[in-house]
Amino acid sequence: MAEVLVYVDHVDGAVRKPTLELLTLARRIGEPVAVALGAGAAGTAAALAEHGAVKVLTHEASEYADYLVVPKVDALQAAVAAVSPAAVLVPSSAEGKEIAARLALRLGSGVITDAVDLEAGDEGPVATQSVFAASFTTKSRVSKGTPVITVKPNSAAVEAAPAAGAVEALQVSFSEQATGTKVISRTPRESTGRPELTEAAIVVSGGRGVNGAENFAIIEALADSLGAAVGASRAAVDAGWYPHTNQVGQTGKSVSPQLYIANGISGAIQHRAGMQTSKTIVAVNKDAEAPIFDLVDYGVVGDLFDVVPALTEEIKARKG
Amino acid sequence: MSLRIVVTVKYVPDATGDRHFADDLTVDRDDVDGLLSELDEYAVEQALQISENSDDDVEVTVLTVGPEDAKDALRKALSMGADKAIHVEDDDLHGTDAIGTSLVLAKAIEKAGFDLVVSGMASTDGTMGVVPALLAERLGVPQVTLLSEVSVEDGTVKGRRDGDTASEQLQASLPAVVSVTDQSGEARYPSFKGIMAAKKKPVESWDLSDLEIDAEEVGLEGAWTKVEAAAQRPARTAGTIVKDEGEGGKQLAEFLASQKFI
Ligand SMILES: Cc1cc2nc3c(=O)[nH]c(=O)nc-3n(C[C@H](O)[C@H](O)[C@H](O)COP(=O)(O)OP(=O)(O)OC[C@H]3O[C@@H](n4cnc5c(N)ncnc54)[C@H](O)[C@@H]3O)c2cc1C
Ligand SMILES: Cc1cc2nc3c(=O)[nH]c(=O)nc-3n(C[C@H](O)[C@H](O)[C@H](O)COP(=O)(O)OP(=O)(O)OC[C@H]3O[C@@H](n4cnc5c(N)ncnc54)[C@H](O)[C@@H]3O)c2cc1C
Repeated sequence: MAEVLVYVDHVDGAVRKPTLELLTLARRIGEPVAVALGAGAAGTAAALAEHGAVKVLTHEASEYADYLVVPKVDALQAAVAAVSPAAVLVPSSAEGKEIAARLALRLGSGVITDAVDLEAGDEGPVATQSVFAASFTTKSRVSKGTPVITVKPNSAAVEAAPAAGAVEALQVSFSEQATGTKVISRTPRESTGRPELTEAAIVVSGGRGVNGAENFAIIEALADSLGAAVGASRAAVDAGWYPHTNQVGQTGKSVSPQLYIANGISGAIQHRAGMQTSKTIVAVNKDAEAPIFDLVDYGVVGDLFDVVPALTEEIKARKG
Repeated sequence: MSLRIVVTVKYVPDATGDRHFADDLTVDRDDVDGLLSELDEYAVEQALQISENSDDDVEVTVLTVGPEDAKDALRKALSMGADKAIHVEDDDLHGTDAIGTSLVLAKAIEKAGFDLVVSGMASTDGTMGVVPALLAERLGVPQVTLLSEVSVEDGTVKGRRDGDTASEQLQASLPAVVSVTDQSGEARYPSFKGIMAAKKKPVESWDLSDLEIDAEEVGLEGAWTKVEAAAQRPARTAGTIVKDEGEGGKQLAEFLASQKFI
């Protein structure tokens, strides 16, 4: 069976969930071969094997942390040369997309970004994309070269499928461009203890209606009662009430949880672009005419300062 | 010293309009008004600020690849303060994919001459966010992308990239390709004076032969990706909407419980 390269997104050996989802999708096309780079790369092998990787190609070098993007492209190119895969799958993070595009260009291949599903087809893998703020669904494929496809988080269920996961060292020689952009310093983000926004099963968001940074405590309390991640509209982020890393929408994160609860958010097209594919959508808004209500499965027309705390209390009571 | 900045700007269908696909599965450009991609306004703004903060002699050129109407996007950028514009227009470009677009842009950038390329973080239609990285690869220069803060001094570009897990300070030598996010600072509105001045600024028109690109390398035929189907997402079925008369929170909890979220 053909091999499919999966680029591993990990932090010091801890594999992030979107990569495990990719392994599920990769198995529909062929045998997953994972590529893990940088500090802790070998530490990813157990998790990757558990989820279907037949082989794990690893390479640790300081270049991956010290320079932007290109060293990773060099490594993936070396992996493609070593394996001759039927496709290369990369998680759709901002960096993942840049890596995928440069790799595709070097391989003389087309690139598809932000797939939300993937199937085997007669002429290679067929990717489903959700475009124009998720108002259209397209099916596309790469028609030249080795398909390079980036896949959004939450596009497939993580499935255990134990495989050999044999670790092999990847030989990489860095290109001249590899050291072009130096990372002078890196400040890791502090963990809030809440689930990762793009990976969470439930997202509770606040918008301009929350009316102040201190009031986000109400949103956080609801999120915590549900074990959810916290999101924010751009209006709330621009006002400085919540960090940009929590922004949901076109220029923020795009989320696709089981449940999305929008509080004091009107539902502008750019916000919808980031949450419209959520399975169940709920909104609390005092304006019955707010466009967000066109999307909801359940909506409450009311003041969020009344409804949200009452909801939180009720959830806590029910959970005992 | 002089510094030549090329800003890539895309002409896109208005996101608030009813966007859809034409029969050949390319974007229908006839039914929705086009405009300068809002995220490229941030690129123009940062290029103008680099220019204003520089002791060098700086020239800001805006470049677009797009149909006839794309001139509107160039005019807008010129009225914000760019010095001149280049429009790459050719019927054979219809349906070009990201790899092909980057080829045309890279050839045009090389022909124009550059020390710095400034792009937006993503277009508002394709939203791939890959063209700046592709330009860096093609031009063989550093990519310093997705910056929420950028500065240029003594032949060096510096910036801050806010990623998922960390915030990074980046540095590269010119020439380089930069892309900026919508966190980089509000874009200015064109002044009346700016709008009048823009009318007199030069707009060059190039076609594929000017860039020595074969028609087969671009367009729908030359694309390395193929869209096979596009379907409108079915409208969501009307949900239940209740008015809060004191019980809204409870009712919502009831709904969440019925859906097994609690
Ligand atoms: C290029 C571009 C990119 C963008 N990217 C994004 C993006 O990524 N994400 C994003 O969110 N936006 C984005 N925007 C901005 C977007 O257009 C909207 O301006 C933004 O989403 C509005 O945020 P909001 O819904 O919180 O605020 P508003 O539109 O002001 O809505 C606030 C809502 O709160 C309600 N409300 C007020 N008080 C209460 C109360 N006490 N109780 C209940 N309801 C109340 C109001 O009725 C109203 O509906 C982008 C815009 C552009 C041009
Ligand atoms: C809904 C949709 C989905 C698509 N999916 C794919 C796909 O999966 N694979 C693929 O190869 N192509 C795809 N395309 C085609 C692709 O979007 C175009 O070729 C496009 O010109 C480049 O990608 P982008 O618009 O996403 O740009 P991005 O990479 O998002 O743009 C980043 C920046 O590059 C610059 N830029 C981009 N295009 C131009 C231009 N024409 N003129 C000047 N500057 C420009 C701008 O500064 C912009 O801010 C898709 C198009 C659409 C409309």
